[in-house]
Amino acid sequence: MDITLQQVGYSYAKGTPFEKRALYEANASIRSGSYTAIIGHTGSGKSTLLLHLNGLLKPTEGAVRIGDVSITAATKAKELKQIRRNVGIVFQFPEHQLFEETVEKDIMFGPLNFGIPEEEARQRAHELIRLLGLPEDIAQKSPFDLSGGQMRRVAIAGVLAFKPSVLILDEPTAGLDPRGRKEIMELFNKLHKEEGLTTILVTHSMEDAARYADQILVMHEGRSVMSGTPEEVFGDAEQLKSFRLGLPRSVAFQRDVEKLFGKPLGKLTLTEEQLASAIAAALKEGEQ
Amino acid sequence: MKEILSLDHVSFSYEAEDGGTRRAVDDVSFTVNDGEWIAIVGHNGSGKSTLAKLMIGLLFPEEGKVKVFLEELNVDNLWEIRSDIGIVFQNPDNQFVGSTVQDDVAFALENNGIPFEEMVPRVHESLAQVNMEGFLDHEPHHLSGGQKQRVAIAGALAMRPKLLILDEATSMLDPQGRDEVIQVVDELKQTTGLTVISITHDLEEVLLADKVVVMNSGKMMLTGKPEEIFAHGDELESIGLDLPFAARLSRSLRQAGIAIQGEHMTEEELVNELWTSHFSK
Ligand SMILES: Nc1ncnc2c1ncn2[C@@H]1O[C@H](COP(=O)(O)OP(=O)(O)OP(=O)(O)O)[C@@H](O)[C@H]1O
Ligand SMILES: Nc1ncnc2c1ncn2[C@@H]1O[C@H](COP(=O)(O)OP(=O)(O)OP(=O)(O)O)[C@@H](O)[C@H]1O
Ligand SMILES: [Mg+2]
Ligand SMILES: [Mg+2]
Repeated sequence: MDITLQQVGYSYAKGTPFEKRALYEANASIRSGSYTAIIGHTGSGKSTLLLHLNGLLKPTEGAVRIGDVSITAATKAKELKQIRRNVGIVFQFPEHQLFEETVEKDIMFGPLNFGIPEEEARQRAHELIRLLGLPEDIAQKSPFDLSGGQMRRVAIAGVLAFKPSVLILDEPTAGLDPRGRKEIMELFNKLHKEEGLTTILVTHSMEDAARYADQILVMHEGRSVMSGTPEEVFGDAEQLKSFRLGLPRSVAFQRDVEKLFGKPLGKLTLTEEQLASAIAAALKEGEQ
Repeated sequence: MKEILSLDHVSFSYEAEDGGTRRAVDDVSFTVNDGEWIAIVGHNGSGKSTLAKLMIGLLFPEEGKVKVFLEELNVDNLWEIRSDIGIVFQNPDNQFVGSTVQDDVAFALENNGIPFEEMVPRVHESLAQVNMEGFLDHEPHHLSGGQKQRVAIAGALAMRPKLLILDEATSMLDPQGRDEVIQVVDELKQTTGLTVISITHDLEEVLLADKVVVMNSGKMMLTGKPEEIFAHGDELESIGLDLPFAARLSRSLRQAGIAIQGEHMTEEELVNELWTSHFSK
């Protein structure tokens, strides 16, 4: 499903004294099957934008197009139902999406709601518990009696359980331990690659954005201000800086080393692995 | 050095639905001294937040002793002791009590009998420290994730605590915002002798600590200075942790056949090493 945002504006509590504008004329074009990372400093409108992508918020101006459904301020709630079946969203705070009595029921909720038979839903829940590195005995616990990182894993499991075709992730690795971060980012990437999931990731990790995304969208003070491939976006340190953003560690280190070597290392090193090989190659060449 | 907090063979279990118990914290002992910055790291579910709750008497140990400011925590001295502790929980939403940002930050001050004339400037000052002075009348629950975390931190700072406990308090800040907040806390540590206990998954932040406590399945597995802890790379990996960026990169370079002398925890150190070993000759 292709997704486009056209001149999307959004104000919270519109028409009240508490009105707060969060988006101005935001534009984006997300191709079906692509992996888009959205970056931007605190309060730049990333989460607000995401909530438009599965119809949880309707734009107060402009239009959001998801597949062949167009959402504007006038769209009726009923028309948004179909979207929720296809678009899964993992919220920034896992507590905001956990509500059942047990972890098992929580993960089964989506599948049951979308008509998947109970036994299959249960089986999927247990598979996901394993896949997300949760202890097996967690199934019958209350999702609120878990550690922060465990809640995060259950929230992710609950969304993967109904197999959406678009996966929207709002800082999904906040609160995960280093191994969990890596494994779960790899899991999303695998689903993206193998099952063609359209993936939209909001992240403060420039490293994850650089490693996984094929398109990056930069938000700044409610506006979409920059978009392009990771090479394009992270190749423009000056402009990023004006949006109060920095470079992924591997690129920042590449720049330091280039200063030291007095010459470029070649392509932008978007991952640690690329950086290590580029430095090693340059040093070996220098020795000859 | 004066002791600020100590855990002496502390254990704790939550009650399980099936009547069984598994220890969330199992026989943990360590001491925190005045003016130190302690980082607590460990895999998800290793008992870090439970430790924080034991430190402020939200939970009481099933075995062992928790002493804060040299007194063993009990129901009688709890409030007195807590008035000198600032804590920021993992989920800021659970912590907000005021209906506006400024009321929320003022709440604890008011409870501790700080006079109004002093309260107002303190609220403004601590919100300015986290760059949230423009949000005085906003509702805390209606902020972005990172803004919520900033307000929660301001609330803890406004108390001018002797001990600040941060439970993944910067996990949703952008990298620059995170550096700024950490700098503010570090400055307070330098200027006022604030003691900091920071629970974190951010290995770069761990490097700033004087001492690190590594938790694994409820037990304290290692403790020491950051460079001592990070010398145990393989062990850390086996319990779900990792090394900081520069240390990982040093490893990869060595694997690629590049000679790297010594251990390097920061990018600066590693660049200097590349200079000394490979360029200055
Ligand atoms: N429910 C709400 N009511 C009113 N204003 C809100 C609400 N949620 C967010 N805002 C405001 O809208 C702006 C954009 O917030 P948003 O949550 O989209 O930011 P974000 O980019 O996701 O930030 P972060 O990285 O901190 O999560 C912020 O200024 C915020 O204060
Ligand atoms: N309220 C509770 N009731 C029952 N068990 C709990 C409760 N809170 C935590 N636990 C369990 O206790 C163990 C330790 O949890 P704790 O929250 O201390 O972990 P943590 O190290 O802070 O993890 P994280 O990095 O995920 O925040 C976990 O196995 C968790 O499931
Ligand atoms: Mg957000
Ligand atoms: Mg925790």
